[in-house]
Amino acid sequence: MSLLDVKDLQVHFSTPEGDVTAVNNLNFSLEAGQTLGIVGESGSGKSQTAFSIMGLLAKNGRTGGEALFEGKQILNLPEKELNSIRAEKISMIFQDPMTSLNPYMKVGTQLMEVLRLHKGMGKEEAFEESVRMLDAVKMPESRKRMTMYPHEFSGGMRQRVMIAMALLCRPKLLIADEPTTALDVTVQAQIMELLNDLKRDFNTAIIMITHDLGVVAGICDKVLVMYAGQTMEYGTTDEIFYRPSHPYTIGLLESIPTLKTEGEILPTIQGNPPNLLNLPAGCPFQERCSHVMDICRQNMPALETFENNRRRACFWAVPEHTTEGASL
Amino acid sequence: MLKFIIKRFAIAVPTLLVLITISFFLMQAAPGSPFTGERNLPPEILKNIEAKYNLDKPLYQQYFLYLGNLAKGDLGPSFKYRDYTVNDLLEQSFPVSLKIGSVAFLFTVIIGVTIGTVAALKQNTVLDYIIMALAMTGVVLPSFVIAPLLVLIFAITLHWLPAGGWNGGEWQYMVLPVTAMAIMYMASIARIQRSSMIEVLNSNYIRTARAKGLPWHVIITRHALRPSLLPVVSYLGPAFVGIITGSVVVETVFGLPGIGQHFVNGALNRDYSLVLGLTIIIGALTILFTAIVDILYAVIDPKIRYQ
Repeated sequence: MSLLDVKDLQVHFSTPEGDVTAVNNLNFSLEAGQTLGIVGESGSGKSQTAFSIMGLLAKNGRTGGEALFEGKQILNLPEKELNSIRAEKISMIFQDPMTSLNPYMKVGTQLMEVLRLHKGMGKEEAFEESVRMLDAVKMPESRKRMTMYPHEFSGGMRQRVMIAMALLCRPKLLIADEPTTALDVTVQAQIMELLNDLKRDFNTAIIMITHDLGVVAGICDKVLVMYAGQTMEYGTTDEIFYRPSHPYTIGLLESIPTLKTEGEILPTIQGNPPNLLNLPAGCPFQERCSHVMDICRQNMPALETFENNRRRACFWAVPEHTTEGASL
Repeated sequence: MLKFIIKRFAIAVPTLLVLITISFFLMQAAPGSPFTGERNLPPEILKNIEAKYNLDKPLYQQYFLYLGNLAKGDLGPSFKYRDYTVNDLLEQSFPVSLKIGSVAFLFTVIIGVTIGTVAALKQNTVLDYIIMALAMTGVVLPSFVIAPLLVLIFAITLHWLPAGGWNGGEWQYMVLPVTAMAIMYMASIARIQRSSMIEVLNSNYIRTARAKGLPWHVIITRHALRPSLLPVVSYLGPAFVGIITGSVVVETVFGLPGIGQHFVNGALNRDYSLVLGLTIIIGALTILFTAIVDILYAVIDPKIRYQ
């Protein structure tokens, strides 16, 4: 049994303009201690996938399908049951550490309330355990920091607090929603290193949501590439990076700037993602795809398994280098 | 924090002094005097009276005399109520106004915040719509419209409550004036609290609190209530001033022995010392209250505290 088994996950939003399908039939599974990267542009549904698992969707959102955590369906659970899973078994860190901590409460109080709620700890015990966790995320002067307010912390330090808060109960699964997006590059590297260490020390499974392929390469075992709420490609990190098979994945990889390409114009994927309210018939990527065919404009390609357990949704033939194993 | 409070009150002293100075000279600049009536007094008698009240001295001397007495806590004799000092008049009337004003203010805040929060938590439900419709009505009804309406309904038609009077401050006599004073500000506070609570509930840190598995009532009381009160707290200053000045009207409608009657009569009679005394008291209260609001702000928001 996998730690998390997501089957045909759907997320819909009712809006005044009509029904929007933000996530469409997503399938993936995650073993204990493994890291899955979910990659995609803004609006591809990656964050909504995370929110639906945590039961944090906006009020107008609904979910469909299954998310089995340790074999138990956790979608659409009543709030009370969800609360016994949140932070205790599955926890989450968010994109924007500047606004994700309560600015009116001391950092220590915000940490301790998790332990007092889920572990029933007393004040002193919770305090000491919080200090230990701040030490684990390499927070300098952790004891002093407990009595400080979030505005006295830098962005990177706040994200460390968020990570410490998420790990307090030693959850089995950590969902990280673009944890480094709002941070500058050196701090990004520190946070990624920290997550890698913590993953090893606590044996936590991680779902890493990002649009930064560098982050994926650094930490993930498996990668799911999403576009307009649908899976485009799914495979191990090595497969995705060295032998991408979907035109979208190839486009994403080509548009990473490298030190070698000095003086050349960086290749990009032309155009913008489609409006989810008004998806074209067929493949949502058709307008921007360099290999578009007539059939792409009529039918959505099915998600097919090829090689051992890789999946892709595309009519275009699996490119040569994918099977040969050539690197980029 | 203590430094902040001391600093805040230190600023209040010069403000009060400016208020006293401006009021003093404005009052004197108005045409006429306390002793101009329908019948002109013989000049020698007028002279005697003016000498008694120091009105024959140059204005700046009068000003410093007044300040000197004020420093001793003496607001001077009333020019119109013979044998009464302003202190006497205020001693009788101020407690009445203070009692009714503070009760009204307390109800305004507590009920306003409560129904605003309820409306926010039940956003876009029938309950929310009803509360907001009532609040909208309340906002546009000033106390001088509400007060006679309340009397008409609850005193004259239903005979549930007395139409006016004070009777030593029995609660039956307070219900209608307090309601008349409170309704408009209560409605405003409810509306402010509703929108600020909705905004707070949509913020990222509330999402974090939910992700921590905190029960909803804990999220509301521990994480959302305090920040949602900030806009209400900044409205408390104007609301307080509004209730105090509104009390002039309400006290007149209900015939209450508060400072409202003295304010009206004092201004009409040009009772210099009485009007000045009242102005100083209300001004001091207002200054004190804005200081309290600032301190409350600092208590709620740690960022302000450390600046």
